[in-house]
Amino acid sequence: MSGDLEARLGVERDGFVLDLPIEIPAGRTVALLGPNGAGKSTAVASLAGLLPLDRGRVRLGERVLDEPAAGLFVPPEERNIGVVFQDYLLFPHMNVAANIAFGLGGRGLTRTEIDSRVASWAERLDISDLLNRRPADLSGGQAQRVALARALVTDPDLLLLDEPLAALDTSTRNRLRRALSDHLAGFDGPRLLITHDPTEAFLLADEIHLVENGRLTQSGTAEEIRLRPRTRYAADLVGSNLLEGQASRGTVRAGRGTLSVADSEAEGPVLLSIHPRAVALHLSRPEGSPRNAWASTVTRVEDHGDRVRVGLGEPLELVAEVTPAAVAELSLSPGSAVWVSIKATEIGLEPV
Amino acid sequence: MTAAERTRSNRRRPPITLVLPAVVGAALFVVPLVGLLVRAPWASLGEILTAGIVADALRLSAISSLAATAVSALIGVPLAWVLARTEFPGKSLLRGVVMLPLVLPPVVGGAALLFALGRRGFVGEPLERLTGFVMPFSMWGVILAATFVSMPFLVITVEGALSGLDPRYEGAAATLGAGRLTVFRRVTLPMIAPSLVSGLLLTWARALGEFGATVTFAGNLRGRTQTLPLAVFVALESDRDAAVAISLVMVAVSLAVLVLLRDRWRQVS
Repeated sequence: MSGDLEARLGVERDGFVLDLPIEIPAGRTVALLGPNGAGKSTAVASLAGLLPLDRGRVRLGERVLDEPAAGLFVPPEERNIGVVFQDYLLFPHMNVAANIAFGLGGRGLTRTEIDSRVASWAERLDISDLLNRRPADLSGGQAQRVALARALVTDPDLLLLDEPLAALDTSTRNRLRRALSDHLAGFDGPRLLITHDPTEAFLLADEIHLVENGRLTQSGTAEEIRLRPRTRYAADLVGSNLLEGQASRGTVRAGRGTLSVADSEAEGPVLLSIHPRAVALHLSRPEGSPRNAWASTVTRVEDHGDRVRVGLGEPLELVAEVTPAAVAELSLSPGSAVWVSIKATEIGLEPV
Repeated sequence: MTAAERTRSNRRRPPITLVLPAVVGAALFVVPLVGLLVRAPWASLGEILTAGIVADALRLSAISSLAATAVSALIGVPLAWVLARTEFPGKSLLRGVVMLPLVLPPVVGGAALLFALGRRGFVGEPLERLTGFVMPFSMWGVILAATFVSMPFLVITVEGALSGLDPRYEGAAATLGAGRLTVFRRVTLPMIAPSLVSGLLLTWARALGEFGATVTFAGNLRGRTQTLPLAVFVALESDRDAAVAISLVMVAVSLAVLVLLRDRWRQVS
């Protein structure tokens, strides 16, 4: 029976302050999403025990792992936390089998038991034919699966994934993201995903924590953050309109509307991304009748200085980003009627 | 020859102002070696090297240089680890002191050892009073002198390798349940193995060639402290053939070490 994670991470280093509450129930995935330098990797290091806390507390299940005020610190080797590191950090002098078996040493297991556990995880992750290879001879995707096997074979109480897909090229990343999602579902402890990619957070996590400058600036589901970003960063990154839909012959049904898209090949469930700046607003039906145009209602208007974010209601909940001048010109305020248009080529589409 | 062809062949030829000094520079190393080779008593080489005085020196050099290398490995690798991975006040100064034998005249090193560990030295005197153990003018003195001058090569090589090793690998090993010693043994050491081997080879070669500190601290007693370099020095006065024969052995060993190191370096890069 796996326990939940409850932590308040307080770390101070070279003028940088991390002060981050994290709670993850067993069987759930939380994504820490933030720009580079936000303190995401520091959070991983402090949870793993590689960086002791200055303040706060880490509790995993029944065990308190770090609590400076109580003089308590459990070293990394006694925490039983599985970590998939950003560039995987496979031991270059060992083959794949030895890498996976590394964490099983010193646990009173026989050679046969170790071998069979390595073999069974290798099979689950489809890397059985790579066991004799050196890490240098693996592709990025293969290395990622080996790293995952190495972290999971010890049956950890918490799984930390530090940018597990960042080292891969785009097409591999899309393919492995789905596989990773399945593997995560098979792990019943709490899972923490570190990422700077909102799509990744949206697809892999149950809940997203936004981290900026060492602090939690917003948390909630992808939908909540998308519709109500609280900071400029959130608006820029997560505020991009991400919508689930069903594709069929060049159109996608999403919300209660249907959109034309440039990609006529896609079929089945897809994830649409539409940048708020690509959503154009008009007082009346736009001239030249672009295929994606419909009437909607403004739900809210948020002033972010040189840009204004406009929330749009039925039939398709979207966020548009316009200039303050446009807001004045269209006299936009909550409740006002507006026409919306989006060029088909501005709609990003990824199969899920 | 057309003008264009002339220009091309000229460009291919390196400038004489660089080649001439380079030839002189190379000659500086080649000529003495040739001197040894032409003077070598090839016919009686085997006989000389197995005769009394040379055989004694060979045995003593082999034992003392290998012992110095082993001692360096046992205490020099941990020292390198401490210098690379811990912070404490006076660390830079300590590193400087450890590296000192690299630039210090070995005779001065030998004298310093004598003042500290000699029979009237501040460590040597109580040591003799308490245990009866006398370090200088013994085989132990030879090993200590060789360790003193050669260990810095190991420390500097291993420390460099440890500093260049991404500490996150050790962190990854720790998250997999490995304690600090296991991490050192299974991750750190294997990952710096090429540098460790290079360092040990350099250390051994330096220990084998040690002269100044040895003669000052351990003396020149045939069969007890007279190593190969000391034997060469003595033989130059009495038996030139022996001096040349021993020198050839040392040149061969040193050259072999350099060739091995080159292969190592290529493997690493």
